[in-house]
Amino acid sequence: MLQRTPVSGLAAEAVINVPSRRNRLRRALRPWLNFKAVTGATILLALVLCALFAPQLAPFDPNKQDLMKAMTPPQYFSGPHFFGTDHVGRDLLSRLIYGARVSLTIAGAVVLISGAIGITLGIISGYFGGRIDFLIQKLVEVVWAFPPLLIAIAILAFLGQGLGNLILALTLQRWIPYARVVRAEAMILREREFVVAARSIGAGHARILVKHLLPNLIQSALVIGTFAMAAAIIAEAALSFLGLGVPPSIPTWGSMLADGRAYVSTSWWMSLFPGLWIFATVLAINMLGDALRDNLDPKMKRKK
Amino acid sequence: MLTYLVRRLIGTVPVVLMISLFVFLLLHAAPGDPADMLVSDQASAQDIKEARERWGIDQPIHIQYWRFLVSAVTGDFGRSFKYDEPVMVLVAQRFPATLELAFFATLIAICLGVPLGILASSRPNSWFDNVSSVGGFFGVSMPNFWLAIMLILLVSGYFNLLPSGGRNTFGVPGEPITGFLILDSLVTRDWAALQDAAKYLVLPSIVLGVNMTGLLMRMTRSSMLEVLSEDYIMTARAKGLSERAVIWSHALKNARIMIITVVGLEFGALISGSIIVESVFSWPGIGQLLLAGITARDYPLITGLVLVYTCLFIVVNLVVDLLYAATDPRIRLGG
Repeated sequence: MLQRTPVSGLAAEAVINVPSRRNRLRRALRPWLNFKAVTGATILLALVLCALFAPQLAPFDPNKQDLMKAMTPPQYFSGPHFFGTDHVGRDLLSRLIYGARVSLTIAGAVVLISGAIGITLGIISGYFGGRIDFLIQKLVEVVWAFPPLLIAIAILAFLGQGLGNLILALTLQRWIPYARVVRAEAMILREREFVVAARSIGAGHARILVKHLLPNLIQSALVIGTFAMAAAIIAEAALSFLGLGVPPSIPTWGSMLADGRAYVSTSWWMSLFPGLWIFATVLAINMLGDALRDNLDPKMKRKK
Repeated sequence: MLTYLVRRLIGTVPVVLMISLFVFLLLHAAPGDPADMLVSDQASAQDIKEARERWGIDQPIHIQYWRFLVSAVTGDFGRSFKYDEPVMVLVAQRFPATLELAFFATLIAICLGVPLGILASSRPNSWFDNVSSVGGFFGVSMPNFWLAIMLILLVSGYFNLLPSGGRNTFGVPGEPITGFLILDSLVTRDWAALQDAAKYLVLPSIVLGVNMTGLLMRMTRSSMLEVLSEDYIMTARAKGLSERAVIWSHALKNARIMIITVVGLEFGALISGSIIVESVFSWPGIGQLLLAGITARDYPLITGLVLVYTCLFIVVNLVVDLLYAATDPRIRLGG
């Protein structure tokens, strides 16, 4: 290691010696200590805390109406209603905090379920090839032929709104990106020496898939999952905005925005803040996803 | 090329069949008897039975699907409950508005996203690069329904610069020829109508194009950076070409394929986004028709529109694939 500047004894020791535990930690953390990763993670963590501790954090009951106080403008720190109230006097901040629950729960469920489906089908398709691959790829082709969101709108229009239908409607197409990427990687991996070796010592298909292929695929799946989370949050908000999402009794950012739209000329805060929260959430997740991709994607690593 | 086109067209047949089956099954999974929707509350059992016979819903399900398929192929999706007009007539009236909006949104995205991405890549890590990279992030993450409301609030409400909804001022344009207002006014040289239509088009197309603009900025930048590090760019610089010639004629030629990919990939999101944007801006396209149909539980209308949207999406994907072959000599179709 070339050190032109004089280093103090302690630092020199750290350079020469085998990396101490703290040093190793620092080295492992270094790629994550950039603006994108830190900002994204901080905002997301704050939202997760909001969702978990909503009853403790929210200053008011999110559904409590108070017509006397309807459409109070934002008071920030000068009054009890930080972001103001909506057309029936519900506290906007409390509704936003509770809204994080719905958004994160739905998006999380969609990402996990579609991830499980996509990874399973992708790995089977790529590893076995042949007729199974052909059938799965046909399925991918058909499902992918629908414009995104339209499939969700169609399902919710016919089956009616509700939490379960919403998750079903969003999951139906989101597994495709996982399946495509995982399939492509599984096709490459199955020819690698370690898989051939595992097969030659008599490992069964299930063991190879789970023990040898899956750990090598999980990083790409994680990157896709992060971007899918951002997309799911936008989609949920859009559907709730159209009145097709969860029932009106549950506060969500999308339905708050729909309420705000009706009163946009008199109460700008009713549409500004819910949208801002959606935007910040999606931005944070996208930034985190970008940082993940920079660090985990083998293609990006090779470029460096 | 022609054999490829024919093969691709044949390849879409099973896909369209599967989609029609899916939509048909959804239609039947909808809760409630469709006959209840067709007759009044006071209808007797006899009335309901007659209605079921008249609409063919007393038949077994495979016969119903077959009838649905045969009439769908001939472009007949039945009559809308709400408007009491054939679905295809309604769609045809409103289709140009949606296409016009989608076209200009894509145009704005390409005209903004690509040059900004190129500028950013020509000076990596400059202040311009950093600002546009943040802008690209914002564009990709922007919920467009929120941007729409904010722009209406600011541009139409506060500054009163542009109209907040609709497609033209009542009575301004003459007789519609193609239904595309911009094209119509150009053909008839009606400059007042052109100005009017353009005013209404600005905000919705910016809103609809914002995600694609952000994505194009980011993708153009990264693919340009990749191309600019290749040997042939060094050769071009070494033989004394100006930087402008290197970037705009050598490097961009190879980034073009990426632009087509992004536009093709994003077009689906654009169509879905147009449903929401049309609703916020009261844009009289098929998206608004779809939402009106959903509110009224107008099943023939919804079914027809879902199929129309899907066919549009399939056609665009096909065009993108053909454009690939036309721009990139390395891609050979057919065989």
